[in-house]
Amino acid sequence: MTTTTQAPAVPAEVVTRTPVQDVALPGGAGTLALVTLDNGKDHTRPNTFGPEGVAGLQATLDGLRARAEAGEIQAVGVTGKPFVFAVGADLSGIPYVTQREQAVEIAQAGHRAFATLMDLPVPTFAFVNGAAMGGGVELALSADYRAVSAGVPAFALPETFLGLLPGWGGCWLLPNLVGPEAALKVVIENPLSQNRMLKAKEVAELGIADVLLEPADFLEDSLRWAAGVLTGAVTVQRAEVDRSPEAWDAACDRAGKVVVAKTAGRAPGALRAVQLVRAARTASREDAFAAEDEALGDLIMSDELRAGLYAFDLVQKRAKRPAGAPDKALARPVTKVGVVGAGLMASQLALLFAQRLGVPVVMTDLDEQRVAKGVGYVHAEVDGLLAKRRLSPDKASFLKGLVTGSTSKDGFADADLVIEAVFEEMAVKQQVFAEVEAVVSAECVLATNTSSLSITEMASGLQHPERVVGLHFFNPVAVMPLLEVIPGERTDEATLATGFAVGKGLKKTCIRSKDSASFVVNRLLGRFMGEYSRVVDEGTPVEVADRAVAGLAPMPPFVLLGLVGPAIALHNSETLHRSFGDRFFVSPTLRRLVEAGKRGYYATDERGRPVPDPEVEALREKPAEPVELSVEAVRERVLGAIAEEVGLMLSEGVVEAPMDIDLAMITGAGFQFWNGGIVPLLDREGVTERVLGRRILPHGVASVPA
Amino acid sequence: MPRELQEVVFVDGVRTPFGKAGEKGMYAQTRADDLVIKCVRELLRRHPELPKERVEEVAIAATTQIGDQGLTLGRMTALLSGLPKSTPGYSIDRMCAGAMTAVTTVSSAIGVGAIDVAVAGGVEHMGRHPMGEGVDPNPRIVAERLVDESALVMGKTAENLHDRFPQLTKERSDAFAVASQRKLAAAYEAGKVQPDLVPVATRHAEKGWGLATADEPPRPGTTLEELAALKTPFRPHGNVTAGNAAGLNDGATACLLASQAAADELGLPVRMRLVAHAFVGVEPEVMGIGPVPATEKALAKAGLTIDDIGLFELNEAFAVQVLSFLDHFGIADDDERVNPWGGAIATGHPLASSGVRLMTQLARHFEEHPEVRYGLTAMCIGIGMGGCVIWENPHHADYRKDA
Repeated sequence: MTTTTQAPAVPAEVVTRTPVQDVALPGGAGTLALVTLDNGKDHTRPNTFGPEGVAGLQATLDGLRARAEAGEIQAVGVTGKPFVFAVGADLSGIPYVTQREQAVEIAQAGHRAFATLMDLPVPTFAFVNGAAMGGGVELALSADYRAVSAGVPAFALPETFLGLLPGWGGCWLLPNLVGPEAALKVVIENPLSQNRMLKAKEVAELGIADVLLEPADFLEDSLRWAAGVLTGAVTVQRAEVDRSPEAWDAACDRAGKVVVAKTAGRAPGALRAVQLVRAARTASREDAFAAEDEALGDLIMSDELRAGLYAFDLVQKRAKRPAGAPDKALARPVTKVGVVGAGLMASQLALLFAQRLGVPVVMTDLDEQRVAKGVGYVHAEVDGLLAKRRLSPDKASFLKGLVTGSTSKDGFADADLVIEAVFEEMAVKQQVFAEVEAVVSAECVLATNTSSLSITEMASGLQHPERVVGLHFFNPVAVMPLLEVIPGERTDEATLATGFAVGKGLKKTCIRSKDSASFVVNRLLGRFMGEYSRVVDEGTPVEVADRAVAGLAPMPPFVLLGLVGPAIALHNSETLHRSFGDRFFVSPTLRRLVEAGKRGYYATDERGRPVPDPEVEALREKPAEPVELSVEAVRERVLGAIAEEVGLMLSEGVVEAPMDIDLAMITGAGFQFWNGGIVPLLDREGVTERVLGRRILPHGVASVPA
Repeated sequence: MPRELQEVVFVDGVRTPFGKAGEKGMYAQTRADDLVIKCVRELLRRHPELPKERVEEVAIAATTQIGDQGLTLGRMTALLSGLPKSTPGYSIDRMCAGAMTAVTTVSSAIGVGAIDVAVAGGVEHMGRHPMGEGVDPNPRIVAERLVDESALVMGKTAENLHDRFPQLTKERSDAFAVASQRKLAAAYEAGKVQPDLVPVATRHAEKGWGLATADEPPRPGTTLEELAALKTPFRPHGNVTAGNAAGLNDGATACLLASQAAADELGLPVRMRLVAHAFVGVEPEVMGIGPVPATEKALAKAGLTIDDIGLFELNEAFAVQVLSFLDHFGIADDDERVNPWGGAIATGHPLASSGVRLMTQLARHFEEHPEVRYGLTAMCIGIGMGGCVIWENPHHADYRKDA
């Protein structure tokens, strides 16, 4: 156990202050008290609301109430510091909340402050000048009127992404302002779609903001607009919300289905949020806020949320400082890249290197036809981006010019890094590296995109084995954030540092893995899929098995297998079986599927959804004495196998720390935040205790403190 | 092809409220470029009849072209004000007459037909960029005694003017200053100044955002007694004080200029017609006298005499320097035609921005005084220069009769 898993002390709150200045509104519209949200840091540390900040806001608003009642001010406006409005509650203290009452108090304090704004006896305005999320958005919703700057890069209620819900009024205010359909897009759909954020224009189109103003003189324009609203020169028009129970419930039903589809109903927060939005049609503010208080109390005290925060911290912080990476000063510059192979993976790599590193990329393959196909793929992808206006014509022409192909490896002579993405067979890869070494400089890094083979063995026949490093990308390369960086036994520090530097340049989350079969993600996925397949092959129906593992991976195992490809999955399981023995299962069904040339366990219907394939049914393993396990028994078996494997990987030193397994599973396999990847789930369900005799992460790290 | 010269007209002008330079000033934490951008935005907002792509030049002046007043400020201002990328821009420096020079330079381009519509303005954030920041005077100035060392300190050049013209006493300077404060206060009271002020959101880390809607430097109600008690920082027992000179200020201005033809085509209002302009150098030690030869030259070019001028907007860098002008032309210290709304002693003088303030105000005076046909804007300039621009009033019965 490393010390980094110990719970540190509660961090000091970076307090968002709320100073007020009186502003003389144009046109004699009176005095507006302008509240600025400012935590005193630059835009890299956005405004958040911790307990002290909320208390300060409350005091500020109480003062303004008195001034409004005394007739000193005719309006109140709230705006942010440059580029940031406010990005919500300060979550850094949540891991230290140990009592439900503390959690409820966090919710209630926010509600009290925001209600004070709502209840001011003068018109109130939010001037959303910059990024607004969570509680920041809810504060804006608490004002009577909203202006949003066209320069706002992100506007969102991302709480359900983390396993929380908008609990400072969002679940009640937003549907009542824009209707449940639009509200649930913001509360549910976007957060559960890779945490999508709204652009300023959408905020106005959805009716959340009353006016969209240009950023150059946003605050001046906002104040002019506010003056117009006060004098009646500006009429604020809002679309009418369909409040019929039928329409309202239908929207909520649809959102509920989205939640189940995306989370198998295992994520806390999202379903609860749908319930609150459903109730918002008739609920009084008092009741709605009380319901949010209770929901936040439950959620904050849930292990799922704590795991979500742990996961968020991993992808925000640990991902930026890969554990076990050498000093980055040792990295060599990469000014030209060679790619051996021109297949789909190689072509994706070529495109990524060109796009992210902006250096020439030479692809090679055995014949002209394959080379042309590979280069053609890259050019077509670039043209596609150009057509979608994601690239300028100049940039497109630059990228296309960078990627060239050849049947000769002579073009690698001045490359600083050559990566191979050829057939997954040791002899082939060794041969390729020997050919490359004959052409390149003595310092050129040779990287392999192998998903399972030994780096050490691959480098063994070379004159300079110290220059070989594994860079294992995940498919689709442009989308999946993870890059496993694997040193062989003789890999030197400069080569490894270059591997990490290239990964960072490619904007990947790098994780160092020991050179052992299938590294991190494929090994753990292999164990998971193997155990699942074993259970099914032994006679448990797929439906039962799927229910047992729902919410673990982003989709049911056999659907995932269709995406990966049966041949690759089979190869992975065979490699693992060869290396580690019988605990890795090679499914006879899978083997027959590959032999029959099937693309997966399922066929797909006209809408791309998986449907049973009768031909596959015929190939299935039919045990003489089928063993039908219950959902609980399957879960115990599968999670137990995963826990055992995690324990082994940690003791073998495959990764630096358990957090790296979680970060890898989240960024490489789409494992869930509310499970903290995988380890917090195993601890939470007592699997690690049962299988390994100990928890892996102490209480409080990714769970409610004991 | 023979060249056709074009008439140049002043369409509109605006400015930010002027602030006091320094930590306590209202713009202490507001960027200089943002000040001038707000002015350009206001001009564009006021003139929806002007398609943005028709703005063909943005000339912005700043004396200290460093940091947020650097980086080819005119071009950056164009980009940041939402003008199309096809609109070019450049920076101008003629110390205090920066904005005035921006106006005469783009006017010259309009005059020869190179462009038709332009923005000219200036900004000086003397809090962020104190006078003399980063300067590196050539040592030859001292070695070869090219100018007296006092030439680089504006207050000292004003003391030098008192020496040269003993009749320009401290009492006259103080009286002129009191009048400037009084006239500005009256103009504010009558709501004359405010229409051309652009409200500016002011950033402050501790106080939060505010909104600047009025000048910060004015001291309405200033009395002779108060002024008499002030220190003379440039010379023991001298004549120049903080009370009879413009202060150190932050602010920006901008105006819209066009060819008469473009104004007619686009329906832009014509507020003034540019008649003639001149810049002339004088001894740097008495730079304040600069407007005198500049005005004489401009009058000569226009074929006019001082008697043809019905309104004067003179920059009040120092009371003594304005008085030297008035004495020269035989105009009384309290002549009503001079600075009817007071001047820089009251409003402040953010160096390179001030020229356009004079023009914006003269355009307003023209509206109120159709009986006046010609007016002039003039100012002294550091390192020994003066500038003068003569304008014709389109509201006058004889407007362009002999043009």
